[in-house]
Amino acid sequence: MTAILRLDDVHTDIGQYHVLHGVSFDVPEGGVHVLLGRNGAGKTTTLRTVMGLWRARKGAIVFRHHDITAMRTPDIARLGIAYVPENMGIFGGLTVEENMRLASASGEFDKDRLARIFSIFPAMQKFWTNQAYALSGGQKQMLAISRAIIEKRDLILIDEPTKGLAPSIIRNMIDAFREIGTETTILLVEQNFHFAKALGRGVGVIEDGRIVHKGQMADLAADADLQTRLLSLTAEAH
Amino acid sequence: MGSLDRIGGVYLLPVILALIAFVFIGQPSSWATLTVAGLSMGMMIFLMASGLSLIFGLMDVLNFGHSAFVSFGAFIAATVLAALGGWLVADSAFLNIAALFAAIGAATAFGAVAGWAFERVIVKPVYKDHLRQILITMGALIVAEQLILAIWGGVPIQVQRPAILTGSIILGDVSIEIYRVFAFLLGLAVYVGLYLVLNRTRLGLLIRAGVENREMVEALGFRIDRLFVGVFMAGSALAAMGGSMWAGYQGLITPAIGGELMILVFIVVIIGGLGSIQGSLLGAILVGLMANYVAFLAPKLSLASNMLLMMAILLWRPYGLKPAAKG
Ligand SMILES: Nc1ncnc2c1ncn2[C@@H]1O[C@H](COP(=O)(O)OP(=O)(O)OP(=O)(O)O)[C@@H](O)[C@H]1O
Ligand SMILES: [Mg+2]
Repeated sequence: MTAILRLDDVHTDIGQYHVLHGVSFDVPEGGVHVLLGRNGAGKTTTLRTVMGLWRARKGAIVFRHHDITAMRTPDIARLGIAYVPENMGIFGGLTVEENMRLASASGEFDKDRLARIFSIFPAMQKFWTNQAYALSGGQKQMLAISRAIIEKRDLILIDEPTKGLAPSIIRNMIDAFREIGTETTILLVEQNFHFAKALGRGVGVIEDGRIVHKGQMADLAADADLQTRLLSLTAEAH
Repeated sequence: MGSLDRIGGVYLLPVILALIAFVFIGQPSSWATLTVAGLSMGMMIFLMASGLSLIFGLMDVLNFGHSAFVSFGAFIAATVLAALGGWLVADSAFLNIAALFAAIGAATAFGAVAGWAFERVIVKPVYKDHLRQILITMGALIVAEQLILAIWGGVPIQVQRPAILTGSIILGDVSIEIYRVFAFLLGLAVYVGLYLVLNRTRLGLLIRAGVENREMVEALGFRIDRLFVGVFMAGSALAAMGGSMWAGYQGLITPAIGGELMILVFIVVIIGGLGSIQGSLLGAILVGLMANYVAFLAPKLSLASNMLLMMAILLWRPYGLKPAAKG
């Protein structure tokens, strides 16, 4: 299986702090792949480094056949990578429509894609002309994800989309991600193991800026001891 | 806040200020003259402030050199007007206007080109570093002021106005200077133009988004640095345009012109809120009105009154009246 994204011994410093200590993993093409880890483990830093928002000091990041390690963020995005940051990156002063318009390369919408987004997230249609700051947290998250899929992308990086969401919305998100994952590759950062388990094919676990486990999600999901060791998950969290 | 918003929100402030001034001034004709003067002054300050506000809003760049564009704009306009002196006094409205537009156009074009060079050479190396931005742009300002001294000398320069814009319109017992009406209308036209670009075009959408969240605009695939050079050029051009208008308004300019105006420009940007042209317009009108009313009522307090206005507004709204949302 070919990897769509490959990180090889990536080191990232933030200011004087050495945060990533040689992160290496492959994301195979297609489906949802999950990066798990405790608070402060380096998940967000990893995604930001892929996007060029932090610079890797050492190591290589390859997307398809492009070495993107030293590329500028806009150029990385234009290769077909979308990013849904942890804080969602919504433009609050812009309407839902304007937020989406910026994310579409031509400024025009593909009718079919838009219709599909409206069917996955009806709230987007309902609040189409509203300013985005007035959306609820969950709706903002939906907008952030809609923005990432309004164009055909090859890879979507999503940072903790379930943060602060009600369980019922999380169930909807699972369905939405399943559907999105059929046409593109998703690298999902999660703390919610239930959510990650429902979606992930491959899984990596990061700890203190290093990958400490790689494998199939099914194997991790079946191995309670491993979960406890890697994620300090207690039985109730399953 | 709710009820205030329903009847126009903070946009009502200039009206309230004008009403209070009316009570204190007492004579309707003086009040009307001062109000027109305040509005036209406000519009000229708006030209200078809007660019600064967008430059800060988009890149968090503190440009203390902004006033150099105002000064250069004033001197270039004065020079062009002097060179076309014959047109100014000609008995032809067309030649009058042509000379005026040549002067404003030359100043504005200079502002754009110099703004481009200033951004690439001076500002670009210090993105994200406020302390060095302050130091290097202040240094550049000093160099620019010395350049003006070297080129135009230290003595005040007389600025000619085209014949068609001299004199006043008399309405009843109210006298309105024609130049002020022109300054107001030009500022208004620029505001409408900026508003349309920001709200009706994709470029404007990108600028508004960039003001809120630069990183996200980049993550969507847009080069914010290119956008910023364009905004910087436009902002510098508008500052020079404002300077050229101010030169004609004052009639006498010295190399200190930019520095003196800059205090008002900073007050406008701060009370208007960073990164929004609506805020800059509102702030500029308030400052222009306040300066004129207080200059009439208590001349010694003119500048202090605007400082007080700024403090009062910041106590009420710490981010200014109409700040751009920050993502
Ligand atoms: N801007 C920053 N300045 C300094 N240190 C930072 C910065 N951002 C992150 N770090 C540090 O880098 C480490 C990894 O942070 P990161 O945000 O990647 O963690 P994370 O795995 O995403 O955590 P969480 O689950 O809490 O979002 C942490 O120790 C954090 O303190
Ligand atoms: Mg994180």
